[in-house]
Amino acid sequence: MHRFMRSPMAASWALASPVVLILTFFLLLPIGMITALSFWGSTEFSIYPAFQFDNYEYLFGSSVVRAVFIKTFTFAVITWAITLVIGFTVAYFLTFHVRTLTWQVVLFMVCTIPFLTSNIIRMISWVPFLGRNGIANKTLMDLGLTQEPVEWLLFSEFAVILAFVHLYSLFMVVPIFNTMMRIDKSLIEAARDAGASGFQILTNVVIPLTKPGIMIGSIFVVALVMGDFITVRFMSGSQVANVGRLISNDIGLLQYPSAAATAVVLLCTVLIIIAIMLKFVDIRKEL
Amino acid sequence: MEGKRPTSFYVLGAFFVTFLIFLYGPTITIGILSFQGPQGGLTFPMRGTSLHWFRELFQTQAVGDIWGSFRRSFTLGMMVMVTTVVLSIMGGMAFRRRFAGSTVLFYIIMASLVIPSILVSLGVGLIFSQLGWDVHWATSGYGAQLTWTLPFGLLIMFAVFNRFNPAYEEAARDQGANEWQVFAHIVLPLIAPSLIGVALFGFTLSYDEFARTLLTSGSRNTLPLEIFGMTTNVTTPVLYALGTLTTVFSLSIILVFIVVALWVQRRRARFGSDAGKGMV
Repeated sequence: MHRFMRSPMAASWALASPVVLILTFFLLLPIGMITALSFWGSTEFSIYPAFQFDNYEYLFGSSVVRAVFIKTFTFAVITWAITLVIGFTVAYFLTFHVRTLTWQVVLFMVCTIPFLTSNIIRMISWVPFLGRNGIANKTLMDLGLTQEPVEWLLFSEFAVILAFVHLYSLFMVVPIFNTMMRIDKSLIEAARDAGASGFQILTNVVIPLTKPGIMIGSIFVVALVMGDFITVRFMSGSQVANVGRLISNDIGLLQYPSAAATAVVLLCTVLIIIAIMLKFVDIRKEL
Repeated sequence: MEGKRPTSFYVLGAFFVTFLIFLYGPTITIGILSFQGPQGGLTFPMRGTSLHWFRELFQTQAVGDIWGSFRRSFTLGMMVMVTTVVLSIMGGMAFRRRFAGSTVLFYIIMASLVIPSILVSLGVGLIFSQLGWDVHWATSGYGAQLTWTLPFGLLIMFAVFNRFNPAYEEAARDQGANEWQVFAHIVLPLIAPSLIGVALFGFTLSYDEFARTLLTSGSRNTLPLEIFGMTTNVTTPVLYALGTLTTVFSLSIILVFIVVALWVQRRRARFGSDAGKGMV
C-alpha cells in the first residue's frame, strides 16, 4: 500500500475508482442504454431491437411535442427569473445588511432547513392554501376582491410555478450567498469614496462579482425545472404536460423506445443549455 | 459598523421575512391541520382539535405500508450517507492532484448533477432488466440515489480541499508520519466539520428522493413513493399527519447534525487550535 501510494497518479486513480465505477454503472451505462433503446421499434404490445429513426421522426414531427417542449422552456425561464430575483435579494440582505457572522450563519441555516425536508410534503402543503375553499380564496372573498372562489389557484400552471419557486429558490440563494460573502468589502468602500451611488455600486461592483454564483444557481434551477415531472403532475392535477411527464407517461404505457427518444432529446437540450451557461463561469475555479 | 440602519435595510428585511413566511407557511399550515378533529377536512376551519389522524397512522394499516416504507427509507438513507461520506473523502483526496482523466471525470460528476432524474431512474431500471436482475431499493435504488448524493458530497469536498493548507501535512511528514497517519491525524480532523455537512446532505437527499427511486425501488416502496401514492387515494387529514411526522423526523435529524457540529467545534476550541479556521 505504501509503495503504491508513492506514485501519485496511481494513488489518485485508486481513490477515485469507486466513484468512477458507480457513475459508470449507474449513470453512463444507463444513459447509453436509453440512447440505444431510442432507436428500437415498438408495436402496441411489444418492443423489438432495431436501428431506426421512427421515434425521433415522430418527436420532431409532432406539434403536440413541440408545444410541450415550449411549455417546459417557459416554466424554466419564468422560474429562473423569479428565483434569481429572490436568491439575489436574500443573499444581498444576508451579506450586506446582517452585521455579525453568527447571525448570517443562523439566518442562512433557517433558509436552508426546508430544503432538507421532503419535496412531496412541501407540495402537498400548498393544498390547504390554494384549494377551492383554501386560505387564499377565503381571504380574497373576505376582502371582497372576488365573489366566487378563484379556480386557477390550485391545479394550474400558476400552482406549478409557485411550487417550483418554493422548492428551488434555495438552489439560487446558496451559491449567490457563497460568492457574495467573498466580495472584498473594501472594493465597495472604494466605489463609495469614488462617488458611486448605491445603485451604481450594485450594478458596477456587486453584480459583476456575483456572476459566478448567479450562473451556478441558474444551472441548478434550469436543470431541475427542465427535468421535473412530479411537480408538474401534482401541482397541475395532471392537467399540464411538460417533457418529463411525456417520458413518464410513455413509461406508464410501456412505450420504452418512445420514452427513451424523448429522454435523449431532453438530455441533449439540457446539456446544451448548461454548456452555454458554463461558458460564462469556470466552475472548477469557483469552488 | 455601527450607526443608523439605512432604509434599504428595512425594505430588504421585510422581503427576507416574507420569503421565510413563504418557505415555512405552508408546512406550518399542514402542521396545524393535522390536528383536525375527527370530522375535519383538508382545509380550514378546524372542527375541533384531536390526535385522531395521528392515531389513524399508528393503527392497522388502512393506508398502506407506512412503517415498512419508513424503515426502508431510513436504512437506505443510512447506506447512502455512509457511502457518500467515504467516497467523497476518497474522491476529494484524489482530486487534490491532477491525474489523467481528472477533467473528464470532473465533468461527468457535474453532469450527474444536471441530468434529469427520470433518465437515471429509467436507465437504471432498463439496465437491471437487461441483466435479468430484479430492481430493489437496496441495489438499483441505492445506486440511482448515489448519482445524486455523490456529486453533492464531492463538490463540497472539492471546495474544502481548494482552501486546504498543506503545511500541516508537510509538518507531520517531516516528523516522520506515514501517509495513513497524516490522513488520520491531520487531514481527517481538519475536514470533519465539512463531513458532517456531507453526511447530512447524503442522508436527507436520499430520504426525500422521489424520481430516482420511482423506477428502481421494485415492489416495495420507499417513504416518498408511499406518500405520493397516498395523495391519489387518501383525502383525509391523515395525509397531513404523516407529512407532519416525517417533517418533524427530518427536523430532528437536522438538529442532531447541528448538535454534533457544535460539539465538534467546541471540542476544537477547547484544545486551543486555530486549525481549520475559515473552512466552515
